[in-house]
Amino acid sequence: MSGPFGKSPAMRRYLWRLGILMTLYIAVLAAAKLAFRHIEPHGLLAYALAVLPALPIIGVFWAVMRLLLEESDEYLRMLMVRQTLFATGFCLVVMTVWEWLQNFDLVPPGNGGFGAAFFWFVGLGFGGLFNKLTIGDSGRCG
Amino acid sequence: MNNRLRVLRAEHQWSQQDLAERLGVSRQSVNAIETGKYDPSLPLAFRIADVFALPIEAIFLRE
Repeated sequence: MSGPFGKSPAMRRYLWRLGILMTLYIAVLAAAKLAFRHIEPHGLLAYALAVLPALPIIGVFWAVMRLLLEESDEYLRMLMVRQTLFATGFCLVVMTVWEWLQNFDLVPPGNGGFGAAFFWFVGLGFGGLFNKLTIGDSGRCG
Repeated sequence: MNNRLRVLRAEHQWSQQDLAERLGVSRQSVNAIETGKYDPSLPLAFRIADVFALPIEAIFLRE
């Protein structure tokens, strides 16, 4: 059942969570960068600060999975499941190809800031397009 | 699986949104079922049957 603006209650909860997590991500990322620039942390503190920006991103994975569990409309849920499966496949393909290009020194080491999470989120976009092209409906996820 | 959802809805003069609200699903779901893009689960098929006061086999047909 849809609420205001055509969003289901589960989708509205997802958008709220996404907004909070993205705000948290920007704040934590800025804090971690400032800390490494000015405090030059060492040991356990350095590890903790380095991992800190990953936590809101992991939170977004959780939010997407909660959306899959909480969406009561079975058709929309099916579209979202297809979209996330497409994203997972897309991410695995890109990362695997990249890894093998690196193994044979055809591309430089490192990822220039474009990690698995980035390609999974890009894959969500392509997953919506895949649904649109194959079913004619992109759903509401992402 | 074929179904008579569009015909039954027209007989009741309901829009897709009207039927969606009676079923507690999105209008997109009703549209996907009507156009044969999506086969509903058994619980949803029973809800559809209840809304039209018909047995399931009077709404959903074998191909």
